[in-house]
Amino acid sequence: MFKKILLATDGSEHSLRSAEHAIKLAIQFNGTVDVVYVVDARTSKSDVLHYVDKYEVKRERQEKIKPVLTLLESSEIDYKVQILHGEPGPSIVDYANKHDFNCVVVGSRGLNNLQTMVLGSVSHKLAKRVKCPVLITK
Amino acid sequence: MRDESYYTTNRRGAKLNLQTIKQEWFGNIRGDVLAGIVVALALIPEAIAFSIIAGVDPMVGLYASFCIAIIIAFVGGRPGMISAATGAMALLMITLIADHGLQYLFAATILTGIIQILFGVFKLASVMKFVPRSVMVGFVNALAILIFTSQLQHFVGEGWVMYALVGLTLAIIYLLPRITKAIPSTLVAIIVVTAIAVFGNIGIRTVGDLGNLTQQLPVFLIPSIPFNLETLIIIFPYSLALAIVGLLESLLTANIVDDMTDTESNKNRESRGQGIANVVTGFFGGMAGCAMIGQSVINVKSGGRGRLSSLVAGLFLMFLIIVLGGIVVQIPMAALAGVMIMVAIGTFDWSSLTNLHRLPRTDAVVMVVTVVTVVVTHDLSKGVLAGVLLSAIFFASKISKVKVTQIVALEGSKKVYKVNGQIFFASVNDLLDKFDFSDSVKEVEIDLSYAHLWDDSAIGALDKIEMKFEQNNIHVTYSGLNEESKHLKKQIGGFSKASGH
Repeated sequence: MFKKILLATDGSEHSLRSAEHAIKLAIQFNGTVDVVYVVDARTSKSDVLHYVDKYEVKRERQEKIKPVLTLLESSEIDYKVQILHGEPGPSIVDYANKHDFNCVVVGSRGLNNLQTMVLGSVSHKLAKRVKCPVLITK
Repeated sequence: MRDESYYTTNRRGAKLNLQTIKQEWFGNIRGDVLAGIVVALALIPEAIAFSIIAGVDPMVGLYASFCIAIIIAFVGGRPGMISAATGAMALLMITLIADHGLQYLFAATILTGIIQILFGVFKLASVMKFVPRSVMVGFVNALAILIFTSQLQHFVGEGWVMYALVGLTLAIIYLLPRITKAIPSTLVAIIVVTAIAVFGNIGIRTVGDLGNLTQQLPVFLIPSIPFNLETLIIIFPYSLALAIVGLLESLLTANIVDDMTDTESNKNRESRGQGIANVVTGFFGGMAGCAMIGQSVINVKSGGRGRLSSLVAGLFLMFLIIVLGGIVVQIPMAALAGVMIMVAIGTFDWSSLTNLHRLPRTDAVVMVVTVVTVVVTHDLSKGVLAGVLLSAIFFASKISKVKVTQIVALEGSKKVYKVNGQIFFASVNDLLDKFDFSDSVKEVEIDLSYAHLWDDSAIGALDKIEMKFEQNNIHVTYSGLNEESKHLKKQIGGFSKASGH
């Protein structure tokens, strides 16, 4: 039933907990996990400014979501990583709806409260607009 | 057979090229046209405000933005990037305009373009890598601070109305996107504040008080300046600074757009394109410009990806000025100051403040020195120069630590010095102090297995060491030279010793 799972992550503590749930689901249904990490304009700007070249930028981003990847690595399930560019909410919605996922797993909270207040929460946008079931983890 | 295969690859190459051109121009028509319109709306207040910073009529910035945006659409190397009149460039022109006038600015703009074209032709975009990250961070932070402080003059002698209107402008800019993102919030802020000022009959300074606005297309003109060496001496330092700062910001912006869109771009073509755009702008009564981080981000976020968006932005900008010029002069300075404060806040790299204590100490110092130099001199290029020089000095001092260990061999009659590190002009002084020349040994071996000789100072230092030992009748031999060092030593070794006698 949940064969193809999309895990949205930002490398935070909260997203680590959603990763645990995604893994549990994948194990139970013998499924695969696609990890997406979205780079928004602000992050793009500061990453390019602070790191020497695009290879270092790429490495730093892998480093950011490393806790999630280590967790997936140790679980021995099949997983892929996709880095998207744009605003987190719409980008994930778009990606999820284009690739026939059975389930999207996302944390209820992201990096900080201020952003949630100004931009609205990503999990809320996903719950509204993604066509498959969305699991919002606490 | 051979001819035929050559023919097909050539044809495929040409076809591919045509496809790329088609893709770059018409691959995203809807997104590009919409984004171009949004960018044009956001450009107007900035072009006017940057003109006022430079001390010229708003038309100079508007003509520049119009010309640069259109030319770059055709000759730029990074589709989806927006170039126009910018704060970084405006800040560099202030004294040129104040001391010599507008005609010299046009001439300097043309020369800036020529320098940038040469940069592109000689593929010098890679020189950018010699500008360390901490200098770039210092550059954007200093730029933000200067844009902010340039607005403070508009508050002098103004009452609470000014503060209230600036506050209102900022509130609309930051709060409106929570309700709708369809219209640029800066535009709404300007319309609302202008409406309040016009209908409320508030006697507040407007754009019209600071300069003229002509509702016509720019015309070709040759700057009316004496064409002699004296003129060149006046404008060249400005042009060089403008060229460097323009390329620095343009290539940084190109990298950001590359990352945001996950695509590649041609940096040398962009350098040439910036140059061509500035040359044309100078002939059409505009001021030098470059790529804009803020506007490019707005463009990409609004769906702009291709060359069309920059063209639409330029055309629509001019259309608006011709149609709405009469209203534009009524925009209160309070609204523009609010927009500029927003630009300053957006330009500043806030993460560099929170990360400052985590950076290596020397990187933090370089960043702060870059910022302070710019704020004191009001010249971004001087800040970059100071930052690059300081980084070079730090690098040299880090790398110039040479370790020398002594080993006594052959029952005290021979001594081996193991040299570990980079031997070059900055490290040779330390090196000499580490040898004991008045030793009682007969023979000295200098082991250079873990050393690298870089320049003639290194060779000179070795010759000096050899000479000093020989004055005490101690024979010197070398071992473990790597190929490069051996070659260098053979090439210039012995010269300095010979001349010393």
